[in-house]
Amino acid sequence: MQAQIPDHKRIVITGIGLTSPNGNNLAEFRANLLAGRSGVVPFQTRYMGDVLAGVCNFDELRYQKRKEVRRGTRAGSVSIYCAREAIQDSGLDWSQVPKDRVGVYLGITEHGNVETENEIFEISKFNYDTKVWSHHHNPRTVANNPAGEVTLNMGITGPHYTLGAACAAGNAGFIQGMQMLWLDEVDLAIAGGVSESIHTFGIFASFNSQGALASHPDPTKASRPFDTQRNGIVVAEGGGICVLERLSSAKARGARIHGEIVGHAINTDATDFVLPHADRQSQCMQLALKRAHLSADDIDIVSSHATATTQGDIEECNAIRQVFGNRPSLAVNNTKSFIGHAMGAAGALELLGNLPAFQDGIAHATINLDEQDPACVLTQIVANQPRQMDRVRYILNNSFGMLGINSVVIIKKYEDA
Amino acid sequence: MTLVEIKQVILDILERITPDEDLSQLKDEVPFREQMELDSMDFLDIVMELRKQYRIQIPEADYHNLGTMNGTVSYLFPMMQGLKKAHA
Repeated sequence: MQAQIPDHKRIVITGIGLTSPNGNNLAEFRANLLAGRSGVVPFQTRYMGDVLAGVCNFDELRYQKRKEVRRGTRAGSVSIYCAREAIQDSGLDWSQVPKDRVGVYLGITEHGNVETENEIFEISKFNYDTKVWSHHHNPRTVANNPAGEVTLNMGITGPHYTLGAACAAGNAGFIQGMQMLWLDEVDLAIAGGVSESIHTFGIFASFNSQGALASHPDPTKASRPFDTQRNGIVVAEGGGICVLERLSSAKARGARIHGEIVGHAINTDATDFVLPHADRQSQCMQLALKRAHLSADDIDIVSSHATATTQGDIEECNAIRQVFGNRPSLAVNNTKSFIGHAMGAAGALELLGNLPAFQDGIAHATINLDEQDPACVLTQIVANQPRQMDRVRYILNNSFGMLGINSVVIIKKYEDA
Repeated sequence: MTLVEIKQVILDILERITPDEDLSQLKDEVPFREQMELDSMDFLDIVMELRKQYRIQIPEADYHNLGTMNGTVSYLFPMMQGLKKAHA
């Protein structure tokens, strides 16, 4: 069915740039996912002190001047690093790319909390005199900041904006980029998701108040989706950005193709601010399958969203069960068990870390799964050790968020046809 | 503070807000903007740092006095001569 779609309507991934708590490029990230290496470490946050977090250590100065770093935001630096890396990976001669035909579409869970908290802390030292409130606050906190910083750094004059989609944002960025290519708004989409969330104490404090912040004496064991001992989320930062283009242009320039986006869906629970809803999640997966002209049996790997909250993991397992049943050839894995929850970057990183499975045929594991919660009904979770698959042609990536937003992307192994 | 100390205050601020610049060759009589990348937001950083460190309020109408090092130091001297250098 897919072959009947003309090449200029088929959207492929031709470049990948990422920073994750356990890797600053796809090769590092993948190697650590296969080796079972966590990126969760002790972290100090304002007012709360010791917490656990997924912290990135990419070189901000690789693509930015020190002044740019100082003036911008952490999310901006994450975005610039990932976008530059993605362009480099794509093999494009950037100097020859018409910059008015490039769009930047980045998913975010939140943006602006970091800078607002910093400014309030700063004026607290001046008896809350607002005259020392920074003139940088507005350009740092406008919602388009991370994408806008990419355009400033790279001289891109096409459209740019972010997509606020809670923790479904990574997939939302990919979907937006694909749709803008379909609409001929751009010829190249720099798309994905980013997060600077570990630099706002508020996100830790709020999860803590909700009873959903993970703790564990061993940081590397703190993020444990599906496990009976799970006790919440490890907050992480990161970024995952792709170069998306039409298959026609990718073929014309002989680009290496990491995968093809063949299915997508976004829907809404409309039931609760924070609690997920299995039925809507399964409907979202079904819609993505339908749009891809696939059946559940075609999917080889489901990259799960599960965050290690009690109810969230159960709901997603129920949703996956509804769609896929107990088919033993399916692999369900989870990246958050390694790096924590990278918020706006989560969906993007979780998808990208799975893409090398098209070449090596391996489904990376879900680590820290010592005793699966019986309420997490799935039988296909890849526990602790990677699984060699008979085939990997389709990967389905779940990414869900607060206010009931669900997103699904399906990627197909690219086979020249 | 002396004129020399006030100049050092400005240099310290410039070093923080323009960390990529080599300030060793800065000419006191030449406008900052002709010698370094300094836009309006950077300029406001200078004003903000003086406000934070020395509680000096510079009216917008006086910003033109801050174009060069010599102009800046001369303008600030009456306000800062009775102050001690802060640990920035």
